[in-house]
Amino acid sequence: MFSRAYKAAITLPPLLWVVAFLLMPYALLFCYSFWSVSPSQTIVHAWTLDNYRELFRVNVYLQTLFRSMWIAARVMIFSLLLGYPLAYFLSFYAGVRKDLFYQLVIIPLWVSYLVRAYAWKTILGSDGVLNTLLQYVHLTKHPLEFLLYSPFAVVLTLTHIYTPFAFLPIYASLEHIPRNLVEASHDLGASPLQTFWRVVFPLSIPGVLAGATFAFVLSFGDFLAPLLLGGPSGIMISNIVVSLFGAAYNWPLGAAISFCMLLLVLALLLLSEKLEKKWSFR
Amino acid sequence: MTTITEPALARSSESGMRPLLDIRNIAKSFGKNPVLRNICLQIAEGEFLTILGESGSGKTTLLRIIAGFESADAGEILMESERLDLLPPYRRRVNTVFQQYALFPHLSVEDNVAYGLRVAKLPKAEIAARVSESLGMVKMSTFAGAKPANISGGQQQRVALARALVNRPRLLLLDEPLSALDANLRRQMQVELKSLQREVGISFVFVTHDQEEAMVMSDRIALLRKGGMEQVASPREIYSRPATAYTAQFIGHTNLLRGEVRTGIARCHSLSWRVELPDGQALFSLRPENIRVVGSATGNLETNFVRVRGTIQQQAFHGATDLLQIVCDDGLSLSVRTATRENRQGEVLLEFSPADAVPVRESLDRN
Amino acid sequence: MELPMSAEHSNSRWLPWHAIGVFGFLYLPIVTLIVYSFNGAGVGGFPPRNLTLDWYRMLFADDAIWESVLNSLVVAFAAMAISLAFGIPAALALDRANFPGKTLFRRLVLLPLILPGIITGLSLLMLFREADVKLSLLTIVLGHGTALISVATTEVFAGLQKMDRAQEEASLDLGANYWQTFWRITIPNLRLSIIGAALLIFTLSMDEIAVSFFLIGRDNTLPLEIWGRLRRGITPEINAISSIIFVFSLIAIVGWYRLRMGSEAVPEIVTEVVKAA
Repeated sequence: MFSRAYKAAITLPPLLWVVAFLLMPYALLFCYSFWSVSPSQTIVHAWTLDNYRELFRVNVYLQTLFRSMWIAARVMIFSLLLGYPLAYFLSFYAGVRKDLFYQLVIIPLWVSYLVRAYAWKTILGSDGVLNTLLQYVHLTKHPLEFLLYSPFAVVLTLTHIYTPFAFLPIYASLEHIPRNLVEASHDLGASPLQTFWRVVFPLSIPGVLAGATFAFVLSFGDFLAPLLLGGPSGIMISNIVVSLFGAAYNWPLGAAISFCMLLLVLALLLLSEKLEKKWSFR
Repeated sequence: MTTITEPALARSSESGMRPLLDIRNIAKSFGKNPVLRNICLQIAEGEFLTILGESGSGKTTLLRIIAGFESADAGEILMESERLDLLPPYRRRVNTVFQQYALFPHLSVEDNVAYGLRVAKLPKAEIAARVSESLGMVKMSTFAGAKPANISGGQQQRVALARALVNRPRLLLLDEPLSALDANLRRQMQVELKSLQREVGISFVFVTHDQEEAMVMSDRIALLRKGGMEQVASPREIYSRPATAYTAQFIGHTNLLRGEVRTGIARCHSLSWRVELPDGQALFSLRPENIRVVGSATGNLETNFVRVRGTIQQQAFHGATDLLQIVCDDGLSLSVRTATRENRQGEVLLEFSPADAVPVRESLDRN
Repeated sequence: MELPMSAEHSNSRWLPWHAIGVFGFLYLPIVTLIVYSFNGAGVGGFPPRNLTLDWYRMLFADDAIWESVLNSLVVAFAAMAISLAFGIPAALALDRANFPGKTLFRRLVLLPLILPGIITGLSLLMLFREADVKLSLLTIVLGHGTALISVATTEVFAGLQKMDRAQEEASLDLGANYWQTFWRITIPNLRLSIIGAALLIFTLSMDEIAVSFFLIGRDNTLPLEIWGRLRRGITPEINAISSIIFVFSLIAIVGWYRLRMGSEAVPEIVTEVVKAA
């Protein structure tokens, strides 16, 4: 129905732009990881594997990488624990107020990330709202130190930020379940709990996988929360990358680490996709 | 005069049995909208009862109330003298075949059928045996391992049937299960469902808007109109002795003759015949197949038949028969069904027996 | 459809409480922030006392902040323009054209949405470095525009699926050429999707940090300005500007939602990304 000229006109501009500003940059990232930096702070375009060797040699890089994955894993688990029952409640029990509740969930999602992270910083500090509150009601005598500048603070903040992200695909997949399946299950003698485990949950797995993937991947690559709230024990891999592009000035090494992150993320996305397809029954 | 709900009671008291299901004074409104008004109905063991009605008549709501997916605002339902309506759906010995089948997409055909048995935690061997028996009954044994997405609509419907029947319910509810099938498959399934019911012996409550379907399959038809029970009777009874004008027109074609009765004679336009009715306005249902076109050989005219002349306006070919629209000399318009013959035209002489003019009531006004 | 009353088991009575808890968790920090923006004693400390508008007064006198707000607005509008200009054709291309590398193209377009922002930011930084382009608001515009194309593409693509195709066919049938059909029929039909995408892109751009972090020149955007101050120390002025940001985001997202409600069910951007991926 559409002429070749039309198709060319709608395809070429975005294609060219994407090649120029997405494909090439990512390719450049790849290239940079094989280059090195000279003492005079210029980039030497000589191909070498040094950066990758450095990455595996120096402990701190791998340690931070695993710590980041562990933090991301915890954020993923907590986001799912918070988000799934919420989505289930909205989808099956909220009735006419479903819409309103949905809006209430997505509003924090679009409110500035910085604002929310900052808010937690003011709450968790030793002079912060939570500590002074606890002392005010005499639950504690001294400020709790672990609240801020710790992995705890990072996990808490990231869970707060990414729970709505986990919620959305779960809610969508629950909404897609035809209600007559729930009725059929009841009709055949299954109680609501049995119906949940045998029918609803299996059919919501693609949504759970999507939500888990988002929460994990986005937490893994986060650099703001650890910077604001992580302290020395809460540093994540992205912070290392940022410093390598800043004060530590070693772009190629930073690129190498970034590229590894990129590969890891892509691998997870692919895995998630495969699993989702397996559990999708459309 | 025909009775309306009496046949239901009469029948069960005939057989001397308690009814399986006793629906008493069920009423339901959605918001300000009354959907069911004071429904009373009894369902006997082993009978095939169809709840027939247009969309909006409340038939699906009634079914869902029996199944337990909706609760009535008033009234009660008793199954073998115990309150059914107080139980949640998963505790009723009632199973449903849904309109869109509602097969579980993530389970295979045999896992779908086994679902109810697994939930009830029956032993594995028994489950396997009953599942294979059920699948055999609906002729879907070879598809046991298939997923619902990979079988056709008609096949899904059989699986839905097997899944419901395997639990050996006291009552099977079917919510317009054939409406998604094309005409030929539908006719085939009607026959199969009917014989399946006979074979299995449990009561089927079948909901449909298709009156032909209802007549073909049912032992009894319960006609619903705007939330109220219009008539409950066997197909033959409801066809030949409709209680109201609505019934007469909804089921099959009919001619409604409006007339007046005075001293035992009914008069409608130029027609008149003897009746045993009180004086006053009267309404009669006359089926098109009961009107004959009289041949030119006017030898043996029955004396008490009503006769009228008219002209053919339209001829509709219906395969085995023609449906003729005839305007009589006195202005009365009649539909007449005759054996098919090409190109009927011109003037004809019609006749019918007064016994075929069935007196009917106006339907009650329901708002 | 709600489960019938008889099915509301004791099993599920905890669900509403859980929901309240989660909502509390989600909104508590924001509410605290707003409350403390009026706190005379500054950030922290309980209970809040000395309610005052001082911090807001200070905020309004703060030129640097408003300069950064202006920068952010300029960037947001420019990014919006770029994202739509390339995102709309991209959606159309994915819908109706077949070309080698289509799958790669589709994944590439959606990648910035799921990839941690710094990777995209870094990559673009390296591009500008190699091309010897100086960092400025322009580079930020290019960064945002590129990263947010995916938002435009997914919204418009979803809108296309809902559109009545026959309208375009009718237009061609009646003698309009492709260009005319595009402007008279296709775009008006996609109006809601485009506005929704624009609103979303605008909001995301205003808040964007990860990509901007690497592409910033001398002029700050609002988030980076706030970020800079945070490094120097917390002041309730930041609470004040945060509260204002919250109010605007609230208006923007509720507006977006109402818009989408006009056209049936809400397609979540996130799940569309998943489905398209």
